[in-house]
Amino acid sequence: MSVQLWTYILVGITFALYIGIAIWSRASSTKEFYVAGGGVSPLANGMATAADWMSAASFISMAGIIAFDGYDGAVYLMGWTGGYVLLALLLAPYLRKFGKFTVPDFIGDRYYSRTARSVAVFCALLVSFTYVAGQMRGVGIVFSRFLEVDINTGVLIGMIIVLFYAVLGGMKGITYTQVAQYCVLIFAFMVPAIFISIQMTGNPIPQLGFGDTIADGSGTYLLDKLDGLSAELGFVEYTNGSKSVLDVFMITLALMVGTAGLPHVIVRFFTVKRVRDARKSAGYALLLIAILYTTAPAVAVFAKTNLIESVQNKRYQEVPQWFKNWEETELIGWIDKNGDGKIQYTVGHAVEGNKNKPIFDTEKRGQQGERMITNVNSATRNELFVDRDIMVLANPEIARLPNWVIALVAAGGLAAALSTAAGLLLVISSSVSHDLIKKMIKPDISEKGELIAARLSAVAAVCVAGYFGIHPPGFVAAVVALAFGLAAASFFPAIVLGIFYKKMNKEGAISGMIIGIACMLLYMIKYKLGWFDEKLPSPDEWWFGISPEGFGAVAMTINFIVSLVICQITKKTPLEVQEIVENIRVPNNAGVSTHR
Amino acid sequence: MSTSKTQVKAYWKENIKYLVILLSIWFIVSYGAGILFKEQLDTIRLGGFKLGFWFAQQGSIYVFVILIFVYVRLMNKLDKKYGYDKD
Repeated sequence: MSVQLWTYILVGITFALYIGIAIWSRASSTKEFYVAGGGVSPLANGMATAADWMSAASFISMAGIIAFDGYDGAVYLMGWTGGYVLLALLLAPYLRKFGKFTVPDFIGDRYYSRTARSVAVFCALLVSFTYVAGQMRGVGIVFSRFLEVDINTGVLIGMIIVLFYAVLGGMKGITYTQVAQYCVLIFAFMVPAIFISIQMTGNPIPQLGFGDTIADGSGTYLLDKLDGLSAELGFVEYTNGSKSVLDVFMITLALMVGTAGLPHVIVRFFTVKRVRDARKSAGYALLLIAILYTTAPAVAVFAKTNLIESVQNKRYQEVPQWFKNWEETELIGWIDKNGDGKIQYTVGHAVEGNKNKPIFDTEKRGQQGERMITNVNSATRNELFVDRDIMVLANPEIARLPNWVIALVAAGGLAAALSTAAGLLLVISSSVSHDLIKKMIKPDISEKGELIAARLSAVAAVCVAGYFGIHPPGFVAAVVALAFGLAAASFFPAIVLGIFYKKMNKEGAISGMIIGIACMLLYMIKYKLGWFDEKLPSPDEWWFGISPEGFGAVAMTINFIVSLVICQITKKTPLEVQEIVENIRVPNNAGVSTHR
Repeated sequence: MSTSKTQVKAYWKENIKYLVILLSIWFIVSYGAGILFKEQLDTIRLGGFKLGFWFAQQGSIYVFVILIFVYVRLMNKLDKKYGYDKD
C-alpha cells in the first residue's frame, strides 16, 4: 500500500477514535466542563498532561533543533522537563487543595482583589493565545505535508475536529481524547527511533544507542564520529555549544519556570481527586514526557550523522531517493555553487533573504536535474539547505522503514498538535466564561447559563485561533517561544509567594505581575520583534548577552523583588486570607474543585 | 483529625526541609552538572558520552523524574505521620 493510503487510513482511524471519545464523554455540568468532574485518575491525568504539554513543536521540530544546535539543544530538554519538578513540589498540590477552577481564580481569591483577578485573566489570555496560534498553524502544516491538502484547508479540518470535542466535552472530553492522543504520539515517535537505533548502533534503546559504538565494527563511538564530522565541515563540535554559559543558564531557567507557570498545564492538576493524586500525576506526567524527551536527542544524533554521511561530497545524481522526495516538498534544497555536481555542506546559510528559506523556481531544473533556487547566497560555500523539521519527518524514509511507519508519524504529529490546541482553548474559554462572565460581569448567572457561555467562548476561541492559523501574523513564530517568558514573568512568582509567603499582600503581587510582564513584553518587542527601531537590534546589544528567550528569568526575578519590596511598605494581608494560606498548606479535606 | 496550629506548623517545616533538599539536587544536576560545570565534567567519559553533555541531554531528565517520585513517597509518609492522609 502507498504511504498516502496508509496515512488516510491511520489518520482516519485516530480521528474517528477522538470523535467517539468526545461523544462518550460529553460534559453536562460546569464542573465537568472545567475540571472533568474532578475525579480523573492520576495515571490518566498524567497521560493527558503529557499530551497537552507535547505540542507539534516537541514532536516535529525539537529533535531537528537539537540536531542543528548540538549541546545548546539541552536548554529545551532540561527547560521543558525541569519545570515539572517545580510544578510538582511548589504548585500542583497546593493549588489542588485550594480547589478552584482556574489560575485567575486562585490569584483573585488569594490576593482578595478583583484587580489581581483581572491582571491574571489578561496574562492567561495573552500567554494562551500566543501559544495556540502556533498550534493551529502546526496542524495545518502537518496536514499539508502528509495529505497533500492546502495548509489553510488543514487548519480548517483541525478547527472542526477540535471544536467538536472541546465544545462538546469540555475538560472531560479533552482529558480522555488526550489520553488516546498520548498513546498515538508516543508510539509514532518511538517506533522509527528504535528501528534507526538498531540500524546505526545495534542497540535497541535509543537513549543508550547514541552513546554506543557504530555498528560497522570499527569501535568508534557515534558521538565522537559526529563531533569529528562536524569539525571537518567547519561547525562547532556537536557536544559543545556556541551559546554563552550565562545565556544557556537563563534560557533554561526561563523555560523551566515558564513551564510551571503555564495555565493550561496548571489546570490539569485541578482535575484529580486528592492532593496526593496531584503530586503523583505530576510524576506520571514527567515520566511519560521524559520518554519522548530523552529519545529526541538520540534521534537528533542519528539523523544528523545519517544526513551528513548520505549527502556530503556525494554526487547529486547518486543521492538516495528521499533526498529528491523532500526536495519536491521544498524542505531540502541544493545549489551547485562550484559546479562539480557534488553536494558540499558547511557553515553558513545556503540561501539569503526569505528568512533563510529557499525560493524555488517552479519550472527550471539545474544541470544535474536539481530544482533551481532563486535566492542563492554567494557569500558562503555551503550548498545545502535543510529544514530542521526534516529530522523527524524524513527519518523513517532515510532509514528505509515500511510505509505504515511513515503514515504513523503523520498521525502522531496531528495528535501532538491537536491535543495541545484543545488544552489551550479550554483555558481561553474558561477564562472568558468563568473568570470574566461568572466572576466579574454577571455573578448571578445560572449553572446552565455558564455552561452555555463556556461552550460559546470555546467556539469563539477556536475561530480566533483558526484565523491566526490561516493568517499568521509575522510575529507568531517568534512569540510562541516567548509565551514561556511571559508565564515566568507573571504567574510563577505570584503563585509561589501566595503559597509560601503568608504575608504576601495584593499590592505586592499585583505590582509584581504588572511590572514583570511589562519588562518581558518591552524586551521582547525591542530585541525579538524590533518594533522600536528601524531594524532588529543585533545580539551584541542584549543586556549582559541575555537573549529574549532567556529574559523571562530576569523578568521573573524583577517580579519577585518588586512584589517583596512593595509588600513591606503597604498594608498587611488580612488575617482571614492568611488562614486560607495555612489551610492550603495541609492536604486533608481537599474535596473536589468548585466554583464557590 | 487534628489541624491545630502547632501541628500545621510542624508539618510545614518538615515539608520545607524536603523541598530544600530535593530542589538542591534539582539545581545541582541541571544547572550544575549540565551547564556550569559541563566543561570540567566533559573530561570524564561514560561510554560514548562526555559526562557533562550526558547530564545536559539525558541525566538531568532522569533525575527529575526520580525526584518527583521520591517527593511523592516522602509526602505520603509525612501525611500519614500527621494524620492528613484521610480525605
